[in-house]
Amino acid sequence: MTDMTFAEKILAKYGHQKSVEPNQIVTIKPDHLLTHDNTAAIIQKIQPELQHYGLHNPNLPIIVLDHVIPAASEKTATNHKLVREFVTTHHVKHFYDIGAGICHQIVIEQGHALPGMILLGSDSHTCSYGAIGAFSTGIDRTEAAALLLTGQTWLKVPRSIKMTLTDTLQKAVSAKDVILHIIGDISASGATYCSVEFHGDINQFSVDDRFTIANMGIEMGAKNAVFPVDTRTIQYLKERKIAPKQYTSIEPDPDAKYAFQYEYDLSTIEPVVALPHSVDNVKPVSEIEGLEIQQCLIGTCTNGRLSDLRIAAQILEAKTVHPSTRLLVLPASRQIYLDAMKEGIFDILTQAGGVVLPPGCGPCLGAHQGVLAPGERCLSTANRNFKGRMGCKEAEIYLASPATVACTALYGKITDPRSMVN
Amino acid sequence: MRIWQYGDNINTDMLFPGKYTYTCSVAEEIIPHLLEDLDSNFAKQVQPGDIIFAGHNFGCGSSREQPVLGLKAVGLKVVVAKSFARIFYRAAINQGLLLIECEDAINSYDAGDTVILDEDAGKIVVDGDTFSFPKLPAEILAIQDAGGLLAYTRKKLQGK
Repeated sequence: MTDMTFAEKILAKYGHQKSVEPNQIVTIKPDHLLTHDNTAAIIQKIQPELQHYGLHNPNLPIIVLDHVIPAASEKTATNHKLVREFVTTHHVKHFYDIGAGICHQIVIEQGHALPGMILLGSDSHTCSYGAIGAFSTGIDRTEAAALLLTGQTWLKVPRSIKMTLTDTLQKAVSAKDVILHIIGDISASGATYCSVEFHGDINQFSVDDRFTIANMGIEMGAKNAVFPVDTRTIQYLKERKIAPKQYTSIEPDPDAKYAFQYEYDLSTIEPVVALPHSVDNVKPVSEIEGLEIQQCLIGTCTNGRLSDLRIAAQILEAKTVHPSTRLLVLPASRQIYLDAMKEGIFDILTQAGGVVLPPGCGPCLGAHQGVLAPGERCLSTANRNFKGRMGCKEAEIYLASPATVACTALYGKITDPRSMVN
Repeated sequence: MRIWQYGDNINTDMLFPGKYTYTCSVAEEIIPHLLEDLDSNFAKQVQPGDIIFAGHNFGCGSSREQPVLGLKAVGLKVVVAKSFARIFYRAAINQGLLLIECEDAINSYDAGDTVILDEDAGKIVVDGDTFSFPKLPAEILAIQDAGGLLAYTRKKLQGK
């Protein structure tokens, strides 16, 4: 067969089939299984089996404590303790304790996800690793538990969507605006059950940008979202001491059949904001400018990389966060934290009045470190604005790019970044 | 038997708020918070055998499985929706919670209509009109028949 999509090709390979078709079910052995703080609940489901049969493969799991770190209560502390004991008892090879970073950043940054691999994870944003040409998708805790014991599971071959991105972005418009624009266009269920492939003028996007876009694949319902492997991917991996001979990338065939095709002219995309309480409620920032914001959040697995923090620092250098708002900064990993310190980014953001949080999920899921009060609005670079997401159902969450959030922090009101970014 | 009717894009935060994700993981901890930010009556009034009717993209968002664990534990008979988010769909298979994707049945339902479900025949009758839904593939039925993924996995391990 020479007419397969990325998803068909990789699932045929891992399912030991010559070819596969959408809706076919294949049994696969993923290269890695990601779990995080929820590892505690996962292993508690299978204590007797773990004792009797042991871990199927100590190289399979990647465990990162990131969701509620440092522990916010006796309960979360006990969970972390259980995870550490499990890691020691079962000789888990890839464990990252608190402070290492957000699980998805760790998986890519530490070279666990490589082009052409399949990774599953008990977190919905596992789809991020399509940024470097891997097939990755989220699963529930029970399935993660079964994978720890057996190392294999079933996957249904998804239909595929081809998204072609053409031309170049305007000044002050970013990858975050692109993915919010797309989700606003096709809706929060526009890619349900599908594999989304990005094609076209992709080389302008850094791996960081691709990470932001693939990360939000789940917000349009996608099973996975994937970019082709190109010179920028290869360079990114080389910088992490991973040579091309260490991976085999998989590209879709030119005659692959797609269920849907979309084309976006990047030069026409404006800075946008997703309004409460749905990620597809997207409006140009110009339509909502002036709305007062009480909390600004720059970071998370969607936009907590060095390139994102740099933009914030450029905008806030020698300036002060407006007294009617507050700024939280959430770097995605220890490495990014260290790099940002070396570059003086945290000096700038702290002097401006920002609060730098430890590398982790922070306030994104409403457990701690920046929970909102009733009636408050947060403008965030995260990926989700569901009602109650940041701990309070009477609060509102708006989503935007790091540039838009940084400009908003300066004025305390939603601000179009095009007036401020060179 | 009561039918609880909801709209499109019922997400995991509405079904079970994220702030409890790392402190509540078993049924008795989950049930009081089920659908807390969507419908505060649900957890108090839901009875075994009740049904949820919903729109598109039910269960979208997080991979947390508390919504499925909770709905299964309160004895919900089925969720019928126009479409489901895939992680939620998979989690339901793994817990043996029945989901039916049937847009026509949802469109024809008005509050108060009688609903009869014949799971084996793959039919749902709404106010006298019959709608069919496809059977799950054999590989997936095997998981459901075993009583969920953990029971299925235990059987496989014991058979080795």
